[in-house]
Amino acid sequence: MSNMRILIIEDDLEAAAYLVKAFREQGHVADHAADGLDGYAAAQEKDYDVLIVDRMLPKMDGLSLISGLREQKIETPALILSALGQVDDRVKGLRAGGDDYLPKPYAFSELLARVEVLSRRRTNGGARSEETVYRVGDLELDRLAHKVSVAGQEITLQPREFRLLEYLMKHAGQVVTRTMLLEHVWDYHFDPQTNVIDVHISRLRAKIDKGRETPLLHTIRGAGYMIREGVR
Amino acid sequence: MKAFGKLFRTTAFKLSLAYLVLFSIGAMLVLASVGGRAKQVLDEQIGETVEAELRGLAEQYSEGGIRQLALAVERRARAPGSAIYLVTTYTGEFVAGNIATQPSMAQGETGLSDTLYQRRGDPAEEPRRHPALARLFVLPGGFRLIVGHDVEDHRILRGILERALGVSLFWLVLVGTLGGLFVAHRVLERVEAMSDSARRIMGGDLDERLPVSGSGDELDRLAANFNAMLTRIDELMSGLREVSDNIAHDLKTPLTRLRNRAEEALGDGKSQEDQRAALAAIIDESDGLIRIFNALLMIARAEAGCCSDQLCAFDAREVAHDIVEIYEPVAEEQGATLIFSGDRDLQVYGSRELLGQAVVNLVDNALKYGRNGESPQVRVTANCVGERVEIAVADHGPGVPAEDRERIVGRFVRLENSRSRPGSGLGLSLAAAVAHLHHGALRLEDNAPGLRVVVSLPSLRPGVVPLARAAE
Repeated sequence: MSNMRILIIEDDLEAAAYLVKAFREQGHVADHAADGLDGYAAAQEKDYDVLIVDRMLPKMDGLSLISGLREQKIETPALILSALGQVDDRVKGLRAGGDDYLPKPYAFSELLARVEVLSRRRTNGGARSEETVYRVGDLELDRLAHKVSVAGQEITLQPREFRLLEYLMKHAGQVVTRTMLLEHVWDYHFDPQTNVIDVHISRLRAKIDKGRETPLLHTIRGAGYMIREGVR
Repeated sequence: MKAFGKLFRTTAFKLSLAYLVLFSIGAMLVLASVGGRAKQVLDEQIGETVEAELRGLAEQYSEGGIRQLALAVERRARAPGSAIYLVTTYTGEFVAGNIATQPSMAQGETGLSDTLYQRRGDPAEEPRRHPALARLFVLPGGFRLIVGHDVEDHRILRGILERALGVSLFWLVLVGTLGGLFVAHRVLERVEAMSDSARRIMGGDLDERLPVSGSGDELDRLAANFNAMLTRIDELMSGLREVSDNIAHDLKTPLTRLRNRAEEALGDGKSQEDQRAALAAIIDESDGLIRIFNALLMIARAEAGCCSDQLCAFDAREVAHDIVEIYEPVAEEQGATLIFSGDRDLQVYGSRELLGQAVVNLVDNALKYGRNGESPQVRVTANCVGERVEIAVADHGPGVPAEDRERIVGRFVRLENSRSRPGSGLGLSLAAAVAHLHHGALRLEDNAPGLRVVVSLPSLRPGVVPLARAAE
């Protein structure tokens, strides 16, 4: 993953410092703005890959900030962090122009995965979603024909398994978390209680990585899954 | 003095004062009109009598001249009564009668008029004039005949009546005022007692209740209703206390584990591998805690009836089917079977997310606790029952005894035999809260054997305005 330039707009200084440090440790460039107006100005001046915006901010709240930027035709992807204990109004956040929504408290791995996906969407210009065939190693997924083949051999997948693989391959080389999968494959935003996603993944893995020496579908401990070729 | 001021300001006193004034005015009006009418009737009666006598005497005069008239007058004047007679010459000289002087009456006056006269027997030194109603009649030949009626008794009676009225008005006002004060004092006393109780309750004595006198009047009913309200608040408070006790208890365990793991990782002689494993375990433990808080928040949100912008019409069958699909591999891995069956197109209005979460909780519970024997089976159904959509999750496990069914819906409540398995005790509470948010209900039934949990929601048929939307 190449370096990202991230702007964190968050009034909780301790949380912001933690985020800045964590992103920098990952090799990214992270700036911090402590209130809505500073954040708005910074997002206008510099070219960021992703904005992380707290919902409740002094001087200008997160939703107004984002819709203000969108009116200025500044389309930097924005991830909204809900205020702790606040009602989870994902719909409102997305309607205001946010691209993703994460309720507090969250795991940093979850935030990182989502920010990377947002940033990739921007740098690729959405190119990947235009492709009709995704390829990772000898694994091939034809989105139009709904066909999946491993080394030229077609394999049969359930419709949900297909969508699961499609989402993973669309974000090949990136970590996708369990909640991201639940959101995009099943369109639910709740807590699945048990390791339901893991079971779906292991079924999928059994189909695409059978007899393979170096698997394509990896479990990233404490974060999620990633589909990629070869060993790091 | 201050207490008196309070008394005078009471509604009861003001009301009694107002009634008193109104009643006094009314009484005076009634008495005045009755008095006036009585006088009028009496005066008319006198007028008729006087008229008849005049006519009789005039007849005597025309029959036998002044002599016969004088005789008739003398005769009548001797008779007891209050009639007065006087016959004079045209110069005013006395001819006959029972009064001394000619009353001051205008010449030629024909009607009955109020006048004063002196009695014949009265001593001349201190002449007293008596009131009378009299009429003057000029006879042919210049003689004057005066016939009248003494009304002194009437006047005296009237005076007595007026005084009596004044005295009774005085007593009325006095008794009324005192009575008003008494009533006001009694009401004030009870209101003060209630205020005192209310102050004590506000001060923290939550077991205190408002005094009820037992008379069943409006103040009593008010107090009884307030007491019922206080009891309800008390129940809610103890419910809340129980929940927070449970939260404290149920969060202490994972927090203690968390702390132990961290301590262990810090211990001497740990390899980096061990430390990493401990940290990973700590993260898992924290995730579990966050999950519990999220569930609590979600219950609170569903109970508060929030997220109105997320409400929409959706197919409940789809939701149930999705959840079964998500859980099917999990069930299979655990050696269980998850079966779905349902009617088509079950439109309901509400939150798809929350309903999904509720069904997830039920399926999760069924897979966790509904096992009995080798190949447990969980059946999820979505059906249209009358005007309701019912999603049921049924297992063949040990079930829940009827007496526990209501209790296990409570937050953090877990049956003893399930304590050993993972879970927060919030699943059913959330499902129940979600059902209520949708104006529905959560039912726990006997699946003989096993447990059947039903989420019953009002169905959304075309053209029917959904409750939640109508309330917006």
